[in-house]
Amino acid sequence: MRKIAIYGKGGIGKSTTTQNTVAGLAEMGRKVMVVGCDPKADSTRLLLGGLAQRTVLDTLRAEGEDVELEDVRKVGFSGVLCTESGGPEPGVGCAGRGIITSINLLEQLGAYAESEKLDYAFYDVLGDVVCGGFAMPIREGKAKEIYIVVSGEMMAMYAANNISKGIVKFAEAGGVRLGGLICNSRNVDFEKDMIEAFADKLGTQMIHFVPRDNIVQRAEINRKTVIEYDPKNSQAEEYRTLAKKIENNQMFVVPKPLEIEELEKMLIEHGLAT
Amino acid sequence: MLLRHTPKEVTERSALTINPAKTCQPVGAMYAALGIHGCLPHSHGSQGCYAYHRSALTRHFKEPVIAATSAFTEGSSVFGGQANLLQAIDNIFTVYNPDIIAVHTTCLSETIGDDIPQIINKAKAEGKVPDGKYVIHANTPSYVGSHVTGFSTMTRAMVDYFAESSGHKTKTINLIPGYSEPSDMEEIRRIASLMGIQTIMFPDTSKVLNGPLTGKYRMFPEGGVTIPELRQAGSSMGTVALGALASGAAAKALDAKCKVPCEILDLPMGLHGTDMYVDILRRIAGVNVPDSLTLERGQLVDVISDMHQYFYGKKVALAGDPDQLLAIARFLVSIDMIPVYMVTGTPAGKKFEKTLREVVKDAPCEVKIQMPGDMFLLHQWIKQSPVDLLIGNSYLKYIAKDEDIPLVRHGFPIFDRVGHSYFPTMGYKGGLRFLEKILDAILDRKDRDATDINMELVM
Repeated sequence: MRKIAIYGKGGIGKSTTTQNTVAGLAEMGRKVMVVGCDPKADSTRLLLGGLAQRTVLDTLRAEGEDVELEDVRKVGFSGVLCTESGGPEPGVGCAGRGIITSINLLEQLGAYAESEKLDYAFYDVLGDVVCGGFAMPIREGKAKEIYIVVSGEMMAMYAANNISKGIVKFAEAGGVRLGGLICNSRNVDFEKDMIEAFADKLGTQMIHFVPRDNIVQRAEINRKTVIEYDPKNSQAEEYRTLAKKIENNQMFVVPKPLEIEELEKMLIEHGLAT
Repeated sequence: MLLRHTPKEVTERSALTINPAKTCQPVGAMYAALGIHGCLPHSHGSQGCYAYHRSALTRHFKEPVIAATSAFTEGSSVFGGQANLLQAIDNIFTVYNPDIIAVHTTCLSETIGDDIPQIINKAKAEGKVPDGKYVIHANTPSYVGSHVTGFSTMTRAMVDYFAESSGHKTKTINLIPGYSEPSDMEEIRRIASLMGIQTIMFPDTSKVLNGPLTGKYRMFPEGGVTIPELRQAGSSMGTVALGALASGAAAKALDAKCKVPCEILDLPMGLHGTDMYVDILRRIAGVNVPDSLTLERGQLVDVISDMHQYFYGKKVALAGDPDQLLAIARFLVSIDMIPVYMVTGTPAGKKFEKTLREVVKDAPCEVKIQMPGDMFLLHQWIKQSPVDLLIGNSYLKYIAKDEDIPLVRHGFPIFDRVGHSYFPTMGYKGGLRFLEKILDAILDRKDRDATDINMELVM
């Protein structure tokens, strides 16, 4: 089983990209589990056709420790297994601990057991790696591959650079590696070149450039992935390509994060200042 | 009357625990770690945690309990405890030179989300762990489970870190003794060796926490399972785990990792519990039960039948750990005593509760069980309908005093008496001692309460 964690700046489109890619993998006949690691619990909405999932932490709170796997796992589009960690409402509690608790529980319940015959487990992790809890998916024995969703906007690249710093820490002592950047286009000038150059500086690759297309919004409002909503659309094909690229990816590196001045210089070189 | 404000009527509580029947996870993890020879337990958290855990164990065993701490500060809470643990590992091997450091976490480090295996790997990469020395870890957040969970997790860590299969099975049997006293561990092993069986017991705190006073301080006492033994445990012909909650996880991990088949039994308390233990040993090793053991068994049977009249129909309230509750309840029921109230603070699961209810299903009166429950609730039940005897740890003495009920101290912690670490309550001999304590408590009370007219030499 390959365990993959998706990181990236808040609002960059991690959940949308993850679910569409997972839908692509599921179409190829792979058995996939998605573990949403976001208190908003919206990482599986498109696969399940709505916020239908009862989160692990809500279940734990309501029913105590005697939780069954079936209570917290639902089958979505094309047989994808969906779980949501959930967590506290904004402004209270500790969301990081919530992720630790729910991943531990899923392990205890055997969600990753060989008998489940999973090909992939995807962790869709909230925003930046703000505290230890958000690094849980990349601890020893968990996800070994990370993809960072990024766009040509400066803050998105800044966040990606920060996340790379986190990866270095875990990669030094363990097996986790960066598999590449996924560019989720925002139609920024010279975006593709810039992300390619950025990936190059980090020592990784831009695994795919996902163009911007309003079909994603339409599919989203209909609570579907593009692949389900409009399978013949060219955007669906983009996600299928991304899925194939991830499936065949061989390039796993310890990233080399940039100094902030270096990052700014690179943006200027690519004409963002003019 | 220190507990005079305890109301008789039980009102529903959803969040509050009063006088809990459990303690912190790290206490159990620390206790288990002390059962490895040459081990320094290390508490990855603030100083207060480790001070409490050490003092709890020290007060129970009346022995100096050693441990180290990461001594978190405000800075560690913000930036994570990695720097502290790396420094600690370096200091500990330099200053105290143990064979092994067993790291357990605390609520704070768990909430921060420190990744202990990653830090241990980093320490190794930086050369802070000398050749032939080891660092193992267990995650022990105290807001989950209890000291029993901590014990179970650390015991399992011994398997995860060390056990390896050599490819062929030896004639040795692994014994996992559960959260029991050093004296009980000794007794469990003695029974096996009487049967001529070679054993590896882990953890093993005998001769660690019940050692002699020799005038010379040894930081790392003689006892404890050694690291080579823990490795060989993976090649043993079988594992007998005593107490499902405390020992089950390690036994199953050993089965999964090294294909050592395991039998998970109740703690060997009383006639039936010990019979089960002896029988499993006999079957796995293919040996006969020696006469010396049959003699001990016969003595226990003799006392049970001689004194049955004093046991019969006596109502008992119990507070303690799940494995102990189950074993003691079986024993009491077998001698016609009635365990009417039972509480444990350890969440043991619905299945366990069902098993426990099964044990007392033929009781001639209503039996109340609450898990997780607390001593406050136990007291309320007693106020509604009294019992003849209390069995549990030292904290029950307040209820015993207020309600004027005799108390037999058993379990963890016992801060105000000695004996538990030297004299077992497991095995046939231990069963005899347990009965002796029960009888003493009941008969002393009878002597005390008898009027002059009723007073007899033999009551």
